[in-house]
This record gives sequence, structure tokens and C-alpha cells, in this order.
Amino acid sequence: MAKSHKPVVWFPFAAGGTVVAFFIPVIALLTLLAAVGHVPAGLQYDQLLAVAHHPLGKLAIFSVLALSLWGSAHRLRCTCFDFGLRIDGLVAAVLYVAAIACSLLAGYALLGL
Amino acid sequence: MKERTVQLEVLRYNPDTDSEPHFQRYEVVCQDEWVVLDALNEVKETLDPTLNYRWSCHMAVCGSCGMMINGEPKLACHTFLRDYPGVIRVEPLAHFPIERDLVTTPDDFMEKLKRVKPYLIPKKPKPLEAGEYRQTPAQLTKFRQYSMCINCMLCYAACPEYGLSPHFIGPAAITLAHRYNQDSRDGGRDERQEVIATQEGVWECTFVGACSEVCPGHVDPASALQQVKILSCFDWIGEHLLPGGKK
Repeated sequence: MAKSHKPVVWFPFAAGGTVVAFFIPVIALLTLLAAVGHVPAGLQYDQLLAVAHHPLGKLAIFSVLALSLWGSAHRLRCTCFDFGLRIDGLVAAVLYVAAIACSLLAGYALLGL
Repeated sequence: MKERTVQLEVLRYNPDTDSEPHFQRYEVVCQDEWVVLDALNEVKETLDPTLNYRWSCHMAVCGSCGMMINGEPKLACHTFLRDYPGVIRVEPLAHFPIERDLVTTPDDFMEKLKRVKPYLIPKKPKPLEAGEYRQTPAQLTKFRQYSMCINCMLCYAACPEYGLSPHFIGPAAITLAHRYNQDSRDGGRDERQEVIATQEGVWECTFVGACSEVCPGHVDPASALQQVKILSCFDWIGEHLLPGGKK
């Protein structure tokens, strides 16, 4: 059997898993704090908007979003497979297309800022 | 010594007379410090000499007495009766064909084990006069944990991927391939990668982690498979994206 090309999807998945583990809990906590009116100093809306306006800021935000989406899509694909859903091709296509579409949307929104 | 009457519900199957497996219940007087294997031996010696199961060392070294105990893959010699208050259900290892009673056919695992070449393939021939191969403690540490596998196949019985896709090479065989790939004396990685860096190899694994939970030798096959995935990714980048790659 030939070597697999799975690294194409697995490597960004591994990167996405790492990003999700490190960044998403922090982002969720900060969002929750902001929702109840406690925005930590230095993370005010204007300051974060300035970060999003900077090209490096755009790249960082896009990387976090795109990798997290890809990581989640691949994890969900594996979960479907583990639960015995034997239509892996279709599941993979739907989830990966969703991840790519949402990433493009995020990229478009960032470029439009 | 405290004694207790234990109820064992054992899966029985005789291919000569039974059309399908069935459970048989035994009541057996056991001592408190006995393991499930002692109870099975007591059944065989005093109640039913027709009961079949494999065992050898009685000390979690040989890996022969793997079976499902209350639905979990365990070594019968390493599973204490005192941890099971009610009826104890004993079945053959999941995901393997039953040969008779608790005895399963390990042929699939043995064939996969052979395919991954779990032995040292020297980088170049070295005559005896050239002396021994030397390793630093750091070089030994890289693979020592993965060399503790006793081939008990509990990880195969626990792995849902192997249950769903029987062509999956599986946790123990890939871990042993990784064990030799990580050995500084070995030069056979390219040959093994052709077998394990495939869809039916490491890429069938979705990192459920059940293999590491049930492993009686604390080998942690899940970590070995994750390392194989990462290293296979670097191989793929080298082979497909860097100039001068092999493919």
C-alpha cells in the first residue's frame, strides 16, 4: 500500500488543535468578561480594532480562526467516523468546505476593515 | 484468609457442537486476594474441566490471558476479584475471532506484527570484531517505554478503529515499528514507513486513546502513534514540497 497523503489534512489539523487548546479558552473567557462589562485594561474595543487593522494583526487573527476551523472540522469528521458513520467522503467534503468557506469569509471581513 | 462465593458468567463456545456462543454461570468459592485467572483455574479444576482459556506466567509478563472482564480488556492474572462486587462477566477478547470458549485466534495481529518488521535492521553490516553497539541513556530513553509491549492484544480489543476497520495495522504493531525506528542502532525506518505511513497504518488512528488506557505495560501506544503521525508529516513535506524530495 502506498504512503498516504493524509498529512495534507492532518498537519493543519494538528496546528488547529494546538491553537484551539491555547487560544480559544482565553478568547472565550475574554468574550464572557466583555459580555458582563469587565473589559481588561489594554483590551478595549478601540485597541483591539487597531490590532485588527494592522497587517500582522490581520494575519494573526486569520491564522487563529482558519486553523481552529480546520482543526474542528477534522475532529468532527473523525468523531463521525468513530460513531460508525460510514460515509467518510461526504462528511469530509461537507466539513472541510464549511471550514474553508468560513475561513474565506473571515479573510474577506478582515481585509475589508 | 477471607473467602467469598464469586459468580462468574463465562462465554462458552464449542465450534463442534454450538451454532453460536452462550453464557454459562459458575459459582466458585474464592479467596479474597485471588485474581480472575485463579477463579477460572478453580472452575477448571473443580467444576468444569471442559473450560478453555489461555494463560502461562500468572504475573502480567507473558500476555496470554487477555480477556474481556465486565466488558473491559484486561489480563485475567492482573484483575483482582475484590474489585468486582457483583457477577463477573468473562468473555474472549473483543475484535478477534473466537476459537473456543475464551480462546481467540490471534493470526491477524501476528500477520500485522510481521509486516512492520519489529526487529533491528542494522544501518550497515558490522562484524563481531568491531565490538558492541553502544547507546547513551538518552538514546535508550527515546524508545525504552515502547519496548515494554508484551503483545497481549488488549489495545486491539479496546481500539474502536480496529473494531470498525479490521485492516487497521493497529496500536501495538505500529508502536513496535516506532520503537525500532527510534532506536539509534536501527536503519530500517524507510522500510517500515512504507507499511505504517499508509491509510491502513497510522492514518486510520483517530486518537481515541483507549489503547493507552488498557495497556498493562504502560506502553502508551497512543503517544507512539501521535509521534509517528508528526514524523510522517515531516517526511511528506520533505518528499513532496522540498526540492530534491523522493517523490
